[in-house]
Amino acid sequence: MDSGYILTFAALSSQFLVGLSRAMILFIVCSGMSFVLGVLRVPNVAHGSLYMIGAFSAFSISTLFGGSSTGFWLALIISPLVVALVSLIAERALFCHLYEREHLMLLLFTFALMLILGDLVKLTWGADYRSIMAPPFLRGSIPIFGSSFPRYNLFLLIVGPVVAISLYLFTNKTKIGKIARAAAVDREMVGAVGINVSWVFAAAFVIGCYLAGLGGALVAPMVSITLGMDHDIIIEAFLIVTIGGLGNMWGALVGSLIFGITQAFGVLFWPQFAIVFPYLAVVIILILRPTGMLKSVW
Amino acid sequence: MGRTILNWKSFLPLLAIFLILLILPPLLPRFYTYIIALMFVTGLLAMSLNIVVGHGGLFQFHHAAFYGASAYTFALILTKTSLPLWIGFIAAPIVAAVIGLVIGLFCVRLTRLYFGMLQISLGSLIWAIVFRWYHFTGGDDGIHGIPMPPFLSSLTSSYYFILIVMAICLAVIYLIFKSPFGTTLLAIRDNPQRCEAVGINVRRHQLAAIVIATFFAGMAGVLFVVLERSVFPDLLFWVLSLEIFIMCLLGGWFTFLGPFLGAAIMVSLRTFVGIYTEYWTLILGIILILLIFFLPEGVMGFLLEKFGSQVAGPRERGIE
Repeated sequence: MDSGYILTFAALSSQFLVGLSRAMILFIVCSGMSFVLGVLRVPNVAHGSLYMIGAFSAFSISTLFGGSSTGFWLALIISPLVVALVSLIAERALFCHLYEREHLMLLLFTFALMLILGDLVKLTWGADYRSIMAPPFLRGSIPIFGSSFPRYNLFLLIVGPVVAISLYLFTNKTKIGKIARAAAVDREMVGAVGINVSWVFAAAFVIGCYLAGLGGALVAPMVSITLGMDHDIIIEAFLIVTIGGLGNMWGALVGSLIFGITQAFGVLFWPQFAIVFPYLAVVIILILRPTGMLKSVW
Repeated sequence: MGRTILNWKSFLPLLAIFLILLILPPLLPRFYTYIIALMFVTGLLAMSLNIVVGHGGLFQFHHAAFYGASAYTFALILTKTSLPLWIGFIAAPIVAAVIGLVIGLFCVRLTRLYFGMLQISLGSLIWAIVFRWYHFTGGDDGIHGIPMPPFLSSLTSSYYFILIVMAICLAVIYLIFKSPFGTTLLAIRDNPQRCEAVGINVRRHQLAAIVIATFFAGMAGVLFVVLERSVFPDLLFWVLSLEIFIMCLLGGWFTFLGPFLGAAIMVSLRTFVGIYTEYWTLILGIILILLIFFLPEGVMGFLLEKFGSQVAGPRERGIE
């Protein structure tokens, strides 16, 4: 590909859409992390492992149904619930006893959880590469702006905003969402008015992890599902959450867009160093606005 | 850590340990000599991180970037240039310290988690460049078979070299901790506001601590190359950074030699659990959780509290 070809409007816009759909996956994962970060004040290092579990269980469910469309839709519904269950067990059995402890200890715990979950995935699914198929009507590409664009990415462009709106409705219109938001700002006060903060934390943790699982299930048809995908996503998620503003859900959206789109254009302009661009964007943002683009709840 | 942990009485056992380590290689199988040397390298790395974490109270989340940067500098000087070994030996840690200074300049403006996050992103930037720059760094293959001069050709001679350099570095770190600078750093960790109020330039002290820590991380990086004769991008990956952080917490970050002990535990876990099962991280995770619940002060902190005449550092304020 010579540069005369790649810099056409069609290529730019299609690459923009690819970046946008990548940003949707990142947003779904990062909004979960941001939610946990906002309420519990813990950067959940195990978030990437839960994302990986989401992808692997989507594979299992889809295989169970012989790769049919039903299997795919069921995988999309059930695997986030599997992840939520795993996180609920980890939270109630171990994590909830540590809330009074130092912050670094909580971080250390999520790291230990990452190690354990990573090996449990290896035990359960093995170290092979896995993949699943999207349903027929989401395969292939359609022409947009004179270049072809994968249908599945288009599907993600619809799912992303749906998740964003649901999250907005959840945190602003439901009682538990409001309590969680209040706990993010002032947890002592929430405890003082007679709400069981421990259960609020549990709910926030499980919801955050559910989103990680949903992200994993959604990404499953696009990538080869393998060990190590936890390490790849977690660092990106950390950075996105930071540039967005710690604990701010809309910040996660802004951060994901920046990250996804710089990555996509990096591929276009300088493929060899494509992974450098998002990091560079993050560095520039953090130097200019150290506390992130939007207001942090911290 | 206000009081001395290393008084004259506890100096003798240390000297004895050093002498035992000196006569070990001929008595041990090759493999164990290698493992012990690896413990020295990793131990020095963990000790260097603890300068800023345990003593400085900073969230140095991407320490491996400096370790790896130095290892790569050393490897590149040895393979791509005809400069003598000692220049690489001096230049590599200095490069690490300079990178530490630049990254530190940006980071010390921020506090706590934001500090850590900015460092992760800057460190990942270095990692991404090394990972992708095939012509120069070998990309994800790394650089292997780095030539060593005759006096470092055998494992035993590398062992002695590593042991001596490490011992000197630990002694220097100890002296830094005991110096007025070291105690000021402790004061900043425990109460930055008050330090600011009495006229201490908090940021400059933190920056100096970062530069010192990254310099010693660079020394560890050089020693790693001496031992392994190869470098690869995982040396700068954030997972290693978290592992070093865990070593400090595991061993006891409010004690002098705690991080070293943590590193030794981590290396032996990886090696010996790794022999029996490929699921060593599962075991490590379980051990970590047990530790969080039962030994929050780390192994060394626990031992000192239980058996030592001196208690570990003050915990009332801690790093929280």
